[in-house]
Amino acid sequence: MPIDIGERLRSLPGGSAVTLKLDPREYADHYFAVLNATLRDVGSETDAHTIYVAVTNPASFVWGLAQALDVPEDRISFVDAISHIMMNYGNPLHNATYVESPRSLEAIMLRVEYLLRKFPHPRSIVVIDSVNSLAIHNPPDLLSEFFHILINTLKTREVLTVVLETSDEEASSVETMLNLVVDETIDVARAGS
Amino acid sequence: MEAPPEAVPEVPAPAVAPSSGGLMAPATVLGRCPTGIEGLDNVLYGGIPRGNMVLVAGSVGTGKTTLCLEFLVRGAERGERSLFVSVTESSDKLIQNLSTFEFFRTDLVTNGSLVFVDLPVLYDRLGLEHEELTPDEIAILIRTLRDMVRTLGVKRLVLDSLTSVCYRIRRDERIRDFMLRLGQEMNDVGCTSLLVSEIGPTPGRYSLHGVEEAIVDGVLLLRNARRQGDILRVLQVIKMRGTSHSQAQYVIELTPIGMLLAPHLKGGRAEDGT
Repeated sequence: MPIDIGERLRSLPGGSAVTLKLDPREYADHYFAVLNATLRDVGSETDAHTIYVAVTNPASFVWGLAQALDVPEDRISFVDAISHIMMNYGNPLHNATYVESPRSLEAIMLRVEYLLRKFPHPRSIVVIDSVNSLAIHNPPDLLSEFFHILINTLKTREVLTVVLETSDEEASSVETMLNLVVDETIDVARAGS
Repeated sequence: MEAPPEAVPEVPAPAVAPSSGGLMAPATVLGRCPTGIEGLDNVLYGGIPRGNMVLVAGSVGTGKTTLCLEFLVRGAERGERSLFVSVTESSDKLIQNLSTFEFFRTDLVTNGSLVFVDLPVLYDRLGLEHEELTPDEIAILIRTLRDMVRTLGVKRLVLDSLTSVCYRIRRDERIRDFMLRLGQEMNDVGCTSLLVSEIGPTPGRYSLHGVEEAIVDGVLLLRNARRQGDILRVLQVIKMRGTSHSQAQYVIELTPIGMLLAPHLKGGRAEDGT
């Protein structure tokens, strides 16, 4: 029986870390299902706040989809690590902070920390979109260290971490590492939306 | 000038400070002066030992002045009167820059908890007019700083920059003497001081003359590191007497809510890239 991603995420205790695996052949459907589950189902809960780390698509694109899902503006902040490198920094969102490049992994960590302090909420969710995009710009050792530190830091702060991963059959070294630090992997293809 | 808000109790050092190299006793006898920068206090296992004189060394644009200003503001918020002695920038400009940070409150200046002094103005008032300060003039300068700290009950002092003062002292032996006496005076009254040292990008040096780092109790190094062509601002505690401390490097960001630190990722590589 397919699981409801939103319901599953809602049921997890604070400090959990989850990988959501998207099938590249059904990327658009899966991506929308994931946004629906993370931003609307979980992120719109009372007292919840989502920090969306945008590495695949610019924050402006994700914010457009979030608006279509009726996500309130004060419930979501973005760390945009892709617009600068795409030379697409023309109209910055006022609920986004911009990192120069996906290679600036420490800056991504620090901006997440900044937003957690700036918007303290009982229930915080950090969505990292995605491990594959980060892997394009960073060597595996560095990325493994980044995920190990970030996810464990967020665990101690009771923050729910959701990592998006577009996966084919063969697991990369980063995926293998990610499996060691997350609590659960949900295959979106097998889940209901 | 109004009295500063009531001081909060001294922060005791932990009974046994965590240590990377075994137990270290001195942190058990000195009180701590928390910088108020959470990440830095973690690196220092609770803060700077009270009364220490610390060099904040770094090249231009590495965040030295901002770190020092936050140290003073956080102290003033705790009820510890704080004094910024500026050589290169006017107080008005510093306060203007500070007002862009959310952690700054103007009332700390108006109620006298946070005091700014322009050293060039002080030089004029004291009649210290020689291009190279004489031993007598150096003594006058130390006495004046001591009297200000004692009269106002200052618990945190920043001199920005020591390098500029040293330009007028010039001789190594006089710089050494100036720093020893200043450090002793500050330590006597439990005033923790940060002295800004402007250095070039050459690794291994923390001051202009090379004698300064030997005298001080601690050295905080701020520098620009490069990775794949990108520049990262990095902080490292080189030494800190009276406490154990982390020896790792941390990437810093100056955010509106203050300085934040994150571990400098190495990805299995050594400093030289091997």
